Amino acid sequence: MAVQDNIGGSAPRTSLLNDPVFRGILYQIIVGGLVVAFFYWIIVNTAQNLAAQNKTTGFDFLFRTAGFDISFTLFPWSRTSFYWQAFLAGLLNTLLVAVIGIFFATLLGFTLGIARLSSNWLIARVATVYIETIRNIPLLLQLFFWYFAVLKAMPAVRNSFELPLDVFINQRGLMVPRPLPDGEFIWVLLAIAASVIAAIAVGIWATRERTATGRYPALVVQAAKIADAVVTFLVAALAFSLLSQFVPALASSPAIAWIAALVAAVASLTRFAPYSRAVVAFAITFVILAALLRAMFAAWPPFAIDLGAAVAGLVMGWISLEGTLRRPPSEGRFPLALLILIAVGIPALVYVVTGAQLAFELPVLERFNFRGGVQLPPELVALVFGLTIYTAAFIAENVRGGIRSVNKGQTEAAQSLGLKEGDRLRLVIVPQAMRVIVPPLTSQYLNLTKNSSLGAAIGYPELVNVFTGTTLNQTGKAIEVIALTMAVYLTFSLLTSAFMNWYNGRVAMVER
Amino acid sequence: MSQVSESTVERATGTSQMTVSDTDVAIDVIGMHKWYGDFHVLRDINLRVMRGERIVIAGPSGSGKSTLIRCVNRLEEHQEGQIIVNGTELTADLKRIDEVRREVGMVFQHFNLFPHLTILQNLTLAPIWVRGIPKAEAEATAMHYLERVKIPEQANKFPGQLSGGQQQRVAIARSLCMQPKIMLFDEPTSALDPEMVKEVLEVMINLAEDGMTMICVTHEMGFARQVANRVIFMDQGQIIEQNDPEAFFSAPQHERTKLFLSQILH
Amino acid sequence: MTMEHAYVRDSMVDARQPPRGTDGPIAWLRRSLFASPSDTLLTILGMLFLLWAVPPIYNFLIGHAVMPGGTVKECRAEGAGACWAYIYARFNFFIYGFYPIDQYWRPNIVFALGAALIVPLLMPSAPFKRINAVLFFVVFPIIAFYLLNGGVFGMRYVPTEQWGGLLVTLIISLVGIICSIPIGILLALGRQSQLPIIKTLSVMFIELWRAVPLITVLFMASIMLPLFMPTGTTVDKLLRALVGVTLFSSAYLAETVRGGLQALPRGQYEAGASLGLGYWKRTYFIILPQALKHVIPGIVNNFIALFKDTSLVSIVGIFDLLNTVQSASSDINWSSPTQAVTGYVFAAAVFWVFCFAMSRYSLWMERRLDTGHKR
Ligand SMILES: Nc1ncnc2c1ncn2[C@@H]1O[C@H](COP(=O)(O)OP(=O)(O)O)[C@@H](O)[C@H]1O
Ligand SMILES: [Mg+2]
Repeated sequence: MAVQDNIGGSAPRTSLLNDPVFRGILYQIIVGGLVVAFFYWIIVNTAQNLAAQNKTTGFDFLFRTAGFDISFTLFPWSRTSFYWQAFLAGLLNTLLVAVIGIFFATLLGFTLGIARLSSNWLIARVATVYIETIRNIPLLLQLFFWYFAVLKAMPAVRNSFELPLDVFINQRGLMVPRPLPDGEFIWVLLAIAASVIAAIAVGIWATRERTATGRYPALVVQAAKIADAVVTFLVAALAFSLLSQFVPALASSPAIAWIAALVAAVASLTRFAPYSRAVVAFAITFVILAALLRAMFAAWPPFAIDLGAAVAGLVMGWISLEGTLRRPPSEGRFPLALLILIAVGIPALVYVVTGAQLAFELPVLERFNFRGGVQLPPELVALVFGLTIYTAAFIAENVRGGIRSVNKGQTEAAQSLGLKEGDRLRLVIVPQAMRVIVPPLTSQYLNLTKNSSLGAAIGYPELVNVFTGTTLNQTGKAIEVIALTMAVYLTFSLLTSAFMNWYNGRVAMVER
Repeated sequence: MSQVSESTVERATGTSQMTVSDTDVAIDVIGMHKWYGDFHVLRDINLRVMRGERIVIAGPSGSGKSTLIRCVNRLEEHQEGQIIVNGTELTADLKRIDEVRREVGMVFQHFNLFPHLTILQNLTLAPIWVRGIPKAEAEATAMHYLERVKIPEQANKFPGQLSGGQQQRVAIARSLCMQPKIMLFDEPTSALDPEMVKEVLEVMINLAEDGMTMICVTHEMGFARQVANRVIFMDQGQIIEQNDPEAFFSAPQHERTKLFLSQILH
Repeated sequence: MTMEHAYVRDSMVDARQPPRGTDGPIAWLRRSLFASPSDTLLTILGMLFLLWAVPPIYNFLIGHAVMPGGTVKECRAEGAGACWAYIYARFNFFIYGFYPIDQYWRPNIVFALGAALIVPLLMPSAPFKRINAVLFFVVFPIIAFYLLNGGVFGMRYVPTEQWGGLLVTLIISLVGIICSIPIGILLALGRQSQLPIIKTLSVMFIELWRAVPLITVLFMASIMLPLFMPTGTTVDKLLRALVGVTLFSSAYLAETVRGGLQALPRGQYEAGASLGLGYWKRTYFIILPQALKHVIPGIVNNFIALFKDTSLVSIVGIFDLLNTVQSASSDINWSSPTQAVTGYVFAAAVFWVFCFAMSRYSLWMERRLDTGHKR
């Protein structure tokens, strides 16, 4: 094997071909030339082909009338709308699915990722089976399954399934109540925004004070006590009044539930608080579980179900008792109940005071169709379902990887300093895990957005369907349409990498 | 093994002459056994550590030294026998475990500093969130201990920016900020480059001079001679021999101890 | 009370079994299912969920299913589960698509040959790696093409429109990965290159294809490719899809290979340079062999993704496994309430087996390489 390469440029009388700098330039000229030639060849061919087909190029078609229907748009659409509006409708539909999908996939993915690391064998196993099943089956197949095998196999409109809260499901999708806010309702919306911000602000302020002075502000502590009692009262009232469905004796006099709730709330202000909480925990667990089990196992005897629910309720009451007995006195606790009460209570108050009305137009089944309500098309439902379930499996793996990447020594160091489990997670583990999770999580979000293009295969009118599909077919403007579509996804992708660069840079800066 | 400068550690003059009341006992381990699954890792451990006592544990790798001191602050749970720390018996009760951990500091072989927090934040995290000490006060305490370990100028850096020796000193300071009554050291110098061992040992000697109750797993025999009241030799999960350092090093009794010392003192 | 200071153990304590209740199955249950009250609650909820979900799934797949040999009548019966009889009846369609029945021996030989070549290739201990690789990556595709396509040695010509089912799924994913490996390697090297024009071109190519969804790439390939060709050229539909898939997957593969290149210690590059080897020799003899070995798991993962993604070609009208299942579900001879679901479950099972096996292989390789590296 001969050594061809020159050791350095300095050796005398070497052939130019052996000079690395010259060779580099030569390579680049050759490759660049080939690429230019290739594109020239393509352009010439394309021009000839288009001329042969009597086609023109240009984006002027965007301002022509589209003349087709789109089954689902976020703004009023008619056949007289323009192509650019079709583009926009597709883009908005893509974004809609992406946003909803990202929200649910994040929730499900984090839950599964944490479940997979659980010390509970059963829970970890269930999560593992989910992840290993879902991520090894093509998304398109899953979408077909949800759309053709599940949603399209739903009963016809006349035999719609009725779900709780006046939601109906049938071949044509999901019928949900249509909210009909009146003019005053804007105040309630404003109040919701303001009170959520207020709750967060109070939370931050309380934490700052806790750090700076070693304790939560007295005002917050007192308010939190009252909020605790109010929340206890509300939960207890709900639980006890629902209890009347299972205990006939209670049904006859509804007042008992309210009195009992009041007793629980008052008791929660005294030293009997742990016991009051345990009773409420028992009641709410029993009520929820009994209702759930009756729905899930219709064939089982109700007596057995109630017994099972009661046992679970007792366990829950015991957990609550253990927990509250071991909890630090309320002065040392984060005032969560207060924040919830601020976020929920203020809007509720505004709702009552302004006399705003939020009516719901319920979907009502008439002879052949529904009157009222909003119809969510099955394509949307199937796509959101499929994307959520599929992406969640990948997010779960990222979450698991992120948490596992935090060294065990970190937990041990935190433990040996006496930090309690909640503080350990909040102050030590989660901040470190999030740094590992965020970058791949962002690319999962991008993947979900790109995968929403598979909606085209089940007829959801997202960008690829409306634009690369229908618009291209009708106008024949292949190059323009495909270029525009690709530009959209390229933009998403560039935005994502910009975010990731920024994030990685920030994290690196903090640690370096 | 590094040389440690001569210093004047005042040695407790033989605990044998002291009458022992409960308050003088820092740690009491009685008939303790521990298993990892089937593996009998600690066997019949009996160890009583008095307040202000400094104990060095030595022994071959895998003999259970780390496991033993990790049982003392319940990073590992034992299956038989009793461990009583500061008068609190360690059981599954989380409340007691927290109580014990607040009073026992631990320094690890690999420092285990929190990489996402500055040095100062590393030091104030536990005082603020466990003890409820106001931030300003916690920071003052932290600076005090950083000065003691001689790196106050690093307060606003991140652990990744420090050398190994500096990180280990920060780790010691972090434990001290909780004002523990007992300090546990698990091979604090064995992950360090030789030139950094000394700076960490100096801090530890300093601590010993102040009368801190310490259990150190270490192979730094110079440190043991100079500081320890007692050296314990462990093998196969049991305490084979213990004695004051003088006797331990000059006249080891047990065969295994002799063998071990001959290997380690080349 | 006084304390004895010096102590020497006279007899060693023998290891014994842990006390009852800290080991064995009961202890395991306690530890992993009922460790705390909230764990107990989770376990109960988990068991209820399984109790709710598993029996119906079991009944659908096995309990009430109509097994091969059953009739469509049974499948239409009230409460019938999966209609395996339908899968059995249409099985050949799912595997070969519209390939002529009397010619099945040809794809069968291709399957057998492919399996015989790929198994030793995946086994690290099998000998003749180089020859094996050449056979699989170069010779096998050529033989397979002529076998399937025919028109030589008196074999009947079978146009690609008639190819289908699992056969096409495998063809697309294998061709995709085989073609994209060299392109991906070149792109990865280009991206690492010092030469600005080459680097820019590589980055643009990689980032463009990685940014857009495969479905737009396939649309582009099937609509624009004919436009790009000289007037009058026709491009086979399958070929268009193959071009699209290859462009797409070579961009992803390039990133995987780049990971391997970056993971190599700098010393390897410098050692290569100091030996006085030119760029290509250095790359071919020193850099690539090491980098590629380490990205085998990554390449397998790329292949899994590609294998799943091939299902998208059904959107541009190619009869891959998913498309055969989808179109067979409107076969009125077998129409029953569970027909579609059964088809999807079958296709899902096939995809799952392939992907799961490959992902286990990739994990196994990863572990092997890890330990091999340390020693
Ligand atoms: N988490 C664990 N699970 C099982 N065995 C362990 C675990 N931790 C340590 N061991 C084993 O216990 C023995 C004692 O370990 P350790 O206390 O770390 O020894 P030392 O610190 O003396 O080197 C070793 O044999 C080790 O392999
Ligand atoms: Mg150790």
